[in-house]
Amino acid sequence: MKIGTPKEVFEGEARVAMTPDSAQQLQKLGYECAIEKGAGEAAGFSDALYEAAGVEIIKTPAALWKEVDIIAKVRQPNETELKRLSKGKTLISFFNPAGNEEGMEAAKAKGANVIAMEMVPRISRAQKMDALSSMANIAGYRAVIEAGNNFGRFFTGQITAAGKVPPAKVLVVGAGVAGLAAIGTSTSLGAITYAFDVRPEVAEQVESMGAEFVYLDFEEEQQDGAATGGYASVSSPEFREAQLAKFRELAPEMDIVITTALIPNRPAPKLWLEDMIKAMKPGSVIVDLAAERGGNAEGTVADEKVVTENGVTIIGYTDFPSRMAAQSSSLYATNIRHMMTDLTPEKDGQINHNMEDDVIRGATVTFEGDITFPPPPPKVQAIAAKPKAEVKELTPEEKRAKEVAAFKAQTKQQVTLLAIGAGLIMGVGLIPNMPASFMQHFIVFVLAVFIGFQVIWNVAHSLHTPLMAVTNAISSIIILGALIQIGSGGFLVILLAALSVFMAGINIFGGFLVTRRMLAMFQKS
Amino acid sequence: MENSFTMAAYVVAGVLFILSLGGLSGQESAKRAVWYGIVGMAIAVFATLVGPGAGLWWLSIPLIAGGGLIGYYVAQKVQMTEMPQLVAAMHSLVGLAAVFVGFNAEMTINMVEAAKAAGESVEGAFALLVAKKEPIEITILKIELSLGIWIGAVTFTGSVIAYGKLAGKVNSAAKKLPGGHILNAAAAALSLICLIWYLNSGAMLPLLILTAAALFIGYHLIMGIGGADMPVVVSMLNSYSGWAAAAIGFSLGNDLLIVVGALVGSSGAILSYIMCKAMNRSFVSVILGGFGGTAGPAMEVEGEQIAIDAEGVATALDEADSIVIIPGYGMAVAQAQQNVAELTRRLRAKGKEVRFAIHPVAGRLPGHMNVLLAEAKVPYDIVLEMDEINDDFPDTDVAIVIGSNDIVNPAAQEDPNSPIAGMPVLECWKAKQVFVSKRGQGTGYSGIENPLFYKENTRMFYGDAKQSLDTLLGLIS
Repeated sequence: MKIGTPKEVFEGEARVAMTPDSAQQLQKLGYECAIEKGAGEAAGFSDALYEAAGVEIIKTPAALWKEVDIIAKVRQPNETELKRLSKGKTLISFFNPAGNEEGMEAAKAKGANVIAMEMVPRISRAQKMDALSSMANIAGYRAVIEAGNNFGRFFTGQITAAGKVPPAKVLVVGAGVAGLAAIGTSTSLGAITYAFDVRPEVAEQVESMGAEFVYLDFEEEQQDGAATGGYASVSSPEFREAQLAKFRELAPEMDIVITTALIPNRPAPKLWLEDMIKAMKPGSVIVDLAAERGGNAEGTVADEKVVTENGVTIIGYTDFPSRMAAQSSSLYATNIRHMMTDLTPEKDGQINHNMEDDVIRGATVTFEGDITFPPPPPKVQAIAAKPKAEVKELTPEEKRAKEVAAFKAQTKQQVTLLAIGAGLIMGVGLIPNMPASFMQHFIVFVLAVFIGFQVIWNVAHSLHTPLMAVTNAISSIIILGALIQIGSGGFLVILLAALSVFMAGINIFGGFLVTRRMLAMFQKS
Repeated sequence: MENSFTMAAYVVAGVLFILSLGGLSGQESAKRAVWYGIVGMAIAVFATLVGPGAGLWWLSIPLIAGGGLIGYYVAQKVQMTEMPQLVAAMHSLVGLAAVFVGFNAEMTINMVEAAKAAGESVEGAFALLVAKKEPIEITILKIELSLGIWIGAVTFTGSVIAYGKLAGKVNSAAKKLPGGHILNAAAAALSLICLIWYLNSGAMLPLLILTAAALFIGYHLIMGIGGADMPVVVSMLNSYSGWAAAAIGFSLGNDLLIVVGALVGSSGAILSYIMCKAMNRSFVSVILGGFGGTAGPAMEVEGEQIAIDAEGVATALDEADSIVIIPGYGMAVAQAQQNVAELTRRLRAKGKEVRFAIHPVAGRLPGHMNVLLAEAKVPYDIVLEMDEINDDFPDTDVAIVIGSNDIVNPAAQEDPNSPIAGMPVLECWKAKQVFVSKRGQGTGYSGIENPLFYKENTRMFYGDAKQSLDTLLGLIS
């Protein structure tokens, strides 16, 4: 089958869904690859590079859509593109199925299969094709860079000959993939970074990135993000109030605010209100990554940079990934390539659209003339958050009490064992008519067992094999018995004794020598 | 006069044996300690030869020398990976010798009784000793020697089977005859009946039946145990060979035999205990064979096994500062210890911290991995026990698992329904990255799915351990 990528028609979109690298990987799966002339130009991939990777260059979009069986693209297809679909074709792209009823109807009418990249379930197996995450990662990074571009000072604090520079303070709202990427970039530039999220279980991740998690003084049981497939959900009004109060408190201190709060299939929540913007210092920057859905900050204008009266810059660009087209194209193309790998289990260049597969089922929005959106909930839940087990610091008294208790338990155990042992041994002595000679040997035996236990406990674990070999050798002490018997008795006795002597001889020499050989090998560095 | 010299020599030998075991507490003192054992054995044999009753020097000495030659040859030839087999084979010899000596004692008793009845005098130290005994003492003597024969016979067949399994000559899977443990119980009961019969009649037949029953128990018991439980089996047989020697010591009235038998017996018992504890299983459940029942459905394993090639591993190793290698039985099977050692040398030469983490039951013999690594000249001070290294995994960049499975299974800690729940394991998944060198996607001895292989920081490095490491060595200069 043939897989092709048209040039993106969306205004200003620089990304491309196939790179020369990914094309090579796709060819390994058995596909032929095609690309529209100049499709990769904006992302820095020239047609020559594609040709070198064995990709066919097709002049017009119409020809490309007609010739290929699988179309991989980035942006949601427009009307013209949808018209070009036909039965049996597969489209892999962002599709925004929740807000694109007409698009799905059109695809259904054409009988094409559509895989929406944003519908890839958030389970660990599907991470490699999670384009939302890979794009969000870039957006998070770029948000910090854009902020820095519009921020008149350093990120990191310095003490220079020309004076002291305080470090910038950055607040990241929403610690999803974009938020975490922003936190990572910001901390590595040297800013003091704070982060907030409604899902308390991400606090650990935030702290691992070097930022400080902003906790709320709020009692309500916060909802676990794992229950909603790893995404945030709508919070209660009380919670929202507590959250806004905290932001109000932080606003005057913050130099840069990056908001990334999105709730699936809803307008972005307003979190950074007019009064907070007013409270910020002039020259501060807000980057609103939720601008496409209306923005988290009041006053965000999508795709534009606005400066408020008090000198706060609000950046509402929605094309951060496209602004780093080379990077985002290669990641997106890799996501597509992984999707194709899952669709081609046989590596024979034929799509096997397996609707039993959780990931493929979840991402498919139209299939063989049916709308298959929304998908059933995934069987496997995302990021299972474990309730934090409180490890209580023990007070010195408690520790002491514990030690005493442990000591007592140990004593009790030891005394019990000793009592049982002593009872058994004395019991043997109480058996009537027990000859003295036996008791004599018995004493020796018990003491030897005791010594054995005392000695062997100290043997190093690493020397257990030599220990076995040496005990083997010395257990051949049974040779003494055979040596004593060999001198007395008839032919059969002598024969058996002789055999025993012979076998024990093997054992003695073999055991000791092999032990010596092993021990000689143990060398210190 | 001669007799008291022998006794005194026995005391010296006994002390030397205790010192030789005690010296194994450290690698350096062990090198000295093995000489104590050798000298002790020499003194004991010499004292017995010059002592009362030992005749037929012309027979004994060539036999010892002949046996010694074979022993010497075997000790020089044996591969370190074959140590478990060798140890098992040697146990079988001790067991068989105990059976023979026991039968000899029985025959001597009969001979002495016949001589007494005929009013003749008897010859030989042991015969004289028996002749002096009261009837009650004779009864005790008979119990002791039956015990010696019984334990010796169990040890013999058990060790032969263990040898076969370890050497791959017998299928190592756990197998039982129909009837299972009831057969063992029946054989044990039969042995007890024969003992009583023998004590009352003094005939040879019940003793032979008892021996046969014991031989069967040894065979059937060990056939029912396999795979990763072998360390327990081998140490258990080690223990039995000691108890057999002690029992024979009682019947011969020889204190040195009793002392040494008791030392060896308790040593094996402690080893078995340590091994069982390391698997979090009771001794009885190991002996009864098979893994215990699960308490509920096993936890769902999510994710997938992600493979990696040698280049990927080489890059990761190049970037890592601290590396922990976890060897298992698979390393021994693939004979990969030399490659592992070479890898270690190269990484250490680059200034990286390389250490080994050894689980107590890794391999098929207690301490098996330590010996293999020592053979490959890995310094013993970077080879650490589980308790020493488990806390260091979170600070480790790369953990490499070579041919081990159950001992690195996180299910033991995470899944209370797992059959191995509660078993102490090496927490290698806490390292930043884990590479698992493994033949294929199968499960370990216990047949339990290992969630480690599905973790996000785990990469599977498929292939024969030795070849995989060869490729890897080519990429690390």
